[in-house]
Amino acid sequence: MTGLDNGARMYAVDPRRTSSAKFADLWLGLELGSDVALANTVANHIITKDLVNHEFIAHSTEGYEAFKESVSTYTLERGAALTGLPAEVIAEMAEAYATAEKAQILWTLGITEHHNAVDNVLALCNLALLTGHIGRWGSGLVPLRGQNNVQGGGDMGALPNKFPGFQNVTDDAHRAKFEAVYGVELPAEDGIHLTLMFEAMERGDITAAYVIGENPADSEADIQHARKMLSGLDLLVVQDIFMTRTAELADVVLPASVGWAECEGTVTSSERRVQRVRAAVPPPGEAWHDQDIIGELARRMGYDWGHPTSEDLWEELRSLSPLHGGMTYERLEAEGGLQWPCPDVDHPGSPFLHGWLWEDDLGGRGPAPFSTVEHAGPKEELTEQFPIRLTTGRSLDSYNTGVQSGGYDSPIRYGDALDINPADAARLELDDGERVLVSSPRGSVEMPIRFQPDIPVGLTFTTFHFPELVDINKLTNDAWDKRSGTAEFKAASIRIEKLPAETREQAAVVEPIAGA
Amino acid sequence: MTATDPNLTETAVTISVNGNDVAVPAGSSILDACTAAGIDTPTICYAENLTPVNACRVCVVEVENSRTLVPSCSRTAEEGMVVQTDSDRVRHSRKMVLEFLGSGVDLSQADEIAPWMETYGADPTRFGDDVETMNESVRIEDDLYVRDYDKCVLCYKCVEACGDDAQHTFAISMSGRGFGARIATEFDVTLPESACVYCGNCVAVCPTNALQFKTEFDLRKADNWREEDQSVTQTVCSYCGVGCNLELHTQDERIVKVTSPNDHSVTSGHLCIKGRFGWQYVHAGADD
Amino acid sequence: MPDLHLTEDRASVAESAAIDQTLADLGVTPAIVVETERVVRGGVHRKNERRHALLPCLHALQTESGWISRGGTNYIAEKLNIPPAEIYGVASFYEMFRVDEAPGHDDDVVHVCVDSPCLQYAEAKIAELTAAGKHVHRSPCLGQCDRATADHGPALFIQGRGAENSVPSDDATGLWDLPQKHEFGITLLKNVGRIDPTSLDAYVGAGGYKALAKAFGMGADQVIEEVTTAGLMGRGGAAFPTGIKWRGVAAESGTKHIVVNADESEPGTFKDRTIMENDPFALIEAMTIAGFATGAQKGWIYIRGEYPLATLRLQNAIDEARAAGFVGDGIARSSFNFDIEIRRGAGAYICGEETALFNSLEGFRGEPRQKPPFPTTNGLFDQPTAINNPETLLNVLPIVLDGGEAYKALGTEGSSGYKLFCLSGDVATPGTYEVTFGPTLREVLELAGGVQGTLRAVLLGGAAGSFVGPDALDMPLTMEATRAAGASLGSGVVMAFNDTTDFSAVCIRIAEFFRNESCGQCVPCRVGAVRQHEVLVRTAGAQLNGEVTLLNDIDQAMKDASICGLGHTASTAVLSAIELGLI
Repeated sequence: MTGLDNGARMYAVDPRRTSSAKFADLWLGLELGSDVALANTVANHIITKDLVNHEFIAHSTEGYEAFKESVSTYTLERGAALTGLPAEVIAEMAEAYATAEKAQILWTLGITEHHNAVDNVLALCNLALLTGHIGRWGSGLVPLRGQNNVQGGGDMGALPNKFPGFQNVTDDAHRAKFEAVYGVELPAEDGIHLTLMFEAMERGDITAAYVIGENPADSEADIQHARKMLSGLDLLVVQDIFMTRTAELADVVLPASVGWAECEGTVTSSERRVQRVRAAVPPPGEAWHDQDIIGELARRMGYDWGHPTSEDLWEELRSLSPLHGGMTYERLEAEGGLQWPCPDVDHPGSPFLHGWLWEDDLGGRGPAPFSTVEHAGPKEELTEQFPIRLTTGRSLDSYNTGVQSGGYDSPIRYGDALDINPADAARLELDDGERVLVSSPRGSVEMPIRFQPDIPVGLTFTTFHFPELVDINKLTNDAWDKRSGTAEFKAASIRIEKLPAETREQAAVVEPIAGA
Repeated sequence: MTATDPNLTETAVTISVNGNDVAVPAGSSILDACTAAGIDTPTICYAENLTPVNACRVCVVEVENSRTLVPSCSRTAEEGMVVQTDSDRVRHSRKMVLEFLGSGVDLSQADEIAPWMETYGADPTRFGDDVETMNESVRIEDDLYVRDYDKCVLCYKCVEACGDDAQHTFAISMSGRGFGARIATEFDVTLPESACVYCGNCVAVCPTNALQFKTEFDLRKADNWREEDQSVTQTVCSYCGVGCNLELHTQDERIVKVTSPNDHSVTSGHLCIKGRFGWQYVHAGADD
Repeated sequence: MPDLHLTEDRASVAESAAIDQTLADLGVTPAIVVETERVVRGGVHRKNERRHALLPCLHALQTESGWISRGGTNYIAEKLNIPPAEIYGVASFYEMFRVDEAPGHDDDVVHVCVDSPCLQYAEAKIAELTAAGKHVHRSPCLGQCDRATADHGPALFIQGRGAENSVPSDDATGLWDLPQKHEFGITLLKNVGRIDPTSLDAYVGAGGYKALAKAFGMGADQVIEEVTTAGLMGRGGAAFPTGIKWRGVAAESGTKHIVVNADESEPGTFKDRTIMENDPFALIEAMTIAGFATGAQKGWIYIRGEYPLATLRLQNAIDEARAAGFVGDGIARSSFNFDIEIRRGAGAYICGEETALFNSLEGFRGEPRQKPPFPTTNGLFDQPTAINNPETLLNVLPIVLDGGEAYKALGTEGSSGYKLFCLSGDVATPGTYEVTFGPTLREVLELAGGVQGTLRAVLLGGAAGSFVGPDALDMPLTMEATRAAGASLGSGVVMAFNDTTDFSAVCIRIAEFFRNESCGQCVPCRVGAVRQHEVLVRTAGAQLNGEVTLLNDIDQAMKDASICGLGHTASTAVLSAIELGLI
């Protein structure tokens, strides 16, 4: 916001006119799932207008000619048809982006929770390569993280193919380094990610799961399927601070403590900033610190690790992950956190990445490749039976499945309504607040609607914060991107039906609002 | 933020404060220079994470060749300036400002102001008993905030924090004029009816406890708010990926208030509703 | 820009039409434009560019509905993308806007002046109007002090509902009868009462626009040189050298503004009204010269809301001048572009303070800004601005025509040129009088036919000025002589009080005036003005005794620590009255 006040311009590309979009110079409410089409059209227009950064392309990139060819069919007219946006508006944004002295593209799950998520991201990367808006102060590609430590999870190796510090499991040298310190032999093959785990459960390849601090029984797309899989396991161990719906399915529940308020350690924010969390209050009752639970499990499995402090564990990590090598607890404390890479104690940390693209020798690396990507709309097409789009997201005062944010009474919480354009509601003869039956090819839920003029005709939206009230993930599509493992939460097809009169009246009495 | 913005350069200016030369980076305020010189300056409407509004005038100093006193918080230090911070004129104005405020506003929970009253010998009672006061009653409209404008010194901080210094919600504004000025939503509607998004940034910057978190209000009401028994732990918010730092104020092993360090680069002391109030699940199921 | 959160209230058809008409008249398009169902244009810049339309919209809403209705507020909020809380904050700042739907809000409101010299007639009039069922508002000075006589009673101003505002005593037809006789060779007021103020032809026929032609001939720099040489000082009260101000603005680049401070609100002051009602083209010509000299492209006249006739005459003058090519692009076939817009204040004395005026014009609360930075670099819209009052600008015409040297030779060493005085109170013929600097207080009073009764005191410079006693009658009314006497000319108020005056009442009202008119931004003024008033009320008619120390303490803090001139001068008159033994 300070940037806007200082004169920056903002173009908000979102199917919905969100709160953020209302601060924008221009809101572009593109057709759900037309992100690649828009990016390619923007690229083609920048190329057509010769607003590309030729010098940067020549020096720092490869594959430009093929890319240029691939986007040449994305004329403004075609882009307009695919995105539902006027051609001149796409042109305006393209020119503004290309001619800006500094420009950033920021995105979050609206780009990545699609079946073609990786294509969406690559299409945006292409734009940065085309214009050189990357690797410099004030310019760049900024994926905004949705959780306080989702970055840190990946950094610490909570990925099927990486050790901490993004070191490859399949790389012998990397593996050897970790084996030497861990004192055990480590598998040489990549593991599998969450979405594949569910498929493996279905095949019977996975029969036991140990879930720490996650609530897949509420959060997965096509939730009925996910619950069935979890229930069918031979052994389900859940380590959580709450008796979540996943924990309710578990054979063993290990009560854990609240990471940020009851434990010592670090988390890593969206900007790769590693910061300290500290214990302010003791864990309640029989809850243990996560590291103690894991340590005790290890001990019972025959490995006594003793009782390392969180700093001990961090020191081990520092010795193994070059990205974190310079981040001592002392420095994290004194400098308000540090952004990786920070290889040694004299390194100031890195506010932005990819500066090497501007170095004469590209920092000894190869040039950055353009990617050829094509438009492919949502996996689930609209049909006569399911003619309306559903997308899901968050509201300001709530968070994910509501396990944490449900703990306080928010005066601005409006509950589990389905946002719908008043014109659509009128067509369906629905009143504001009326409870309706919402169905997708996978299931049905009952919920009230809320008139929302900021959402285009044909699109609906709801949050996923209130699974006890509305199992919205009964509706979402679990079609997923094979490369990222992320399901298409952002685009399902639904229909909305009136409830029988007596059900509606009954429902009106118990309509959940604030404090739900 | 690490100073990697290539446009940032630093030059120094030197001013004289009470006869001693002080060098500060160009663009610093006189207040910064006073602080650098180790001089404690009273402030009420100033906060390091807000744009100075220079409304309270308690930080005034005497600057050579200036007809009136100048607010140190908002006047930029200029090379060669000669500043007095403890002259009779300065002491008089500071004392009067404190007396003015004390005579019309309930400063009983203004912990930052109380010591200055002593320092400047302020006696707010000398205007007599029959003086106009704020005369407002406590407003409790939800489970998160309490507004007690009897304690409001109209410092504008909450308006700034709600507006373009932090939250950009603009739910409140200064309204009315003169002594009748009040902080208000449009037509004084309740906060839940207003644009308020309950970030609590207004509460965090309030210097007099006119704005309080309900948790604190309830404990005070039960005569169980014991700051001397509280500790403050700095940690990171558990919700989104911004990485806001939290200061958890705990008493009897319970979180009773959440603030954020003003000098931290990530959000400069500002939070959202989740960071400010979303901690309550930590104590879920506990006996209350 | 903001994500507006509006209550359910919606504007009536008439309200939205009135606001739409206002925006159309101003040429202001909505800040948020829905281009298609999927494309909406908005943003910080569009919002900021349009905010100055807020005050005119509020006037339109107030006139239409008799209050700043919630629905109307929401409508303005949507059009200009201003949060409703901020609109409420702005509206509630001004005397002329009401933000409550109280009974009687849909009647005309009769504003009755309760400041001296109207004060002595005010209560009777208020009683009379109230008995007649009128909705009465006790108003600070309405700038009609020359009309305050036993026959006329106090000044009145009628805020209409669904109708234009009006002043019962205004005569929109015919020529005004200037009390001062023209045979004295007056210059600034030479057209007043002599030519039709609604006719550009008449103005040109009387020598109008010769100064602009001459200015174009001599060039911008030379105009400033002449103004500097002339030693012209601001006539609004601060007496800042106009040449230096203009030089400062000329040195800046980018968009620049000329602002006419016509928010004439200092109690006892009505000279600018005299000019604007009776010689509006002269003001337009003078500000155009100012624009040319400083390189400003845009002129604004911020006129107080209680001056309907002056507003009408100025708007007519701008329209006529624009039609004749004297306002707009390519003025008088030159390459110089200069456009002029009028903005009406809404009842706030503080908006006469230049930075408060900028805030008000920009659509914010009329709270003064801290200086530095000064208007010459950071004025209206934070852009370089020369702000002058009408009388000051009128002096530019003879300076350009006759040269700075000739002007400098007029008057005294420290005060060159012409000066308008507002004579009121216990004088035979109250009115605006022009002198060439030099006459004594006695001589100036004589211009108005002398004092009625036995003179006890004269208030010089208005409520922000000070009382002088009969012993000052031989003091020349120059900048230097008044300064030496510890007084000031201020805006040219000379208000005479004879020995039948209830000075306690006069001083209590002055204190009340400042209490009511303090914007409330800074503590010394917001609270100090209240405490001062309380002391005077408490001791009314009795000896002040020990309270003088308290008043002096309050005064010192207000003088030293207030943000602006209002606080700096809020106790000057009261303390001078104490010193003269008036109370």
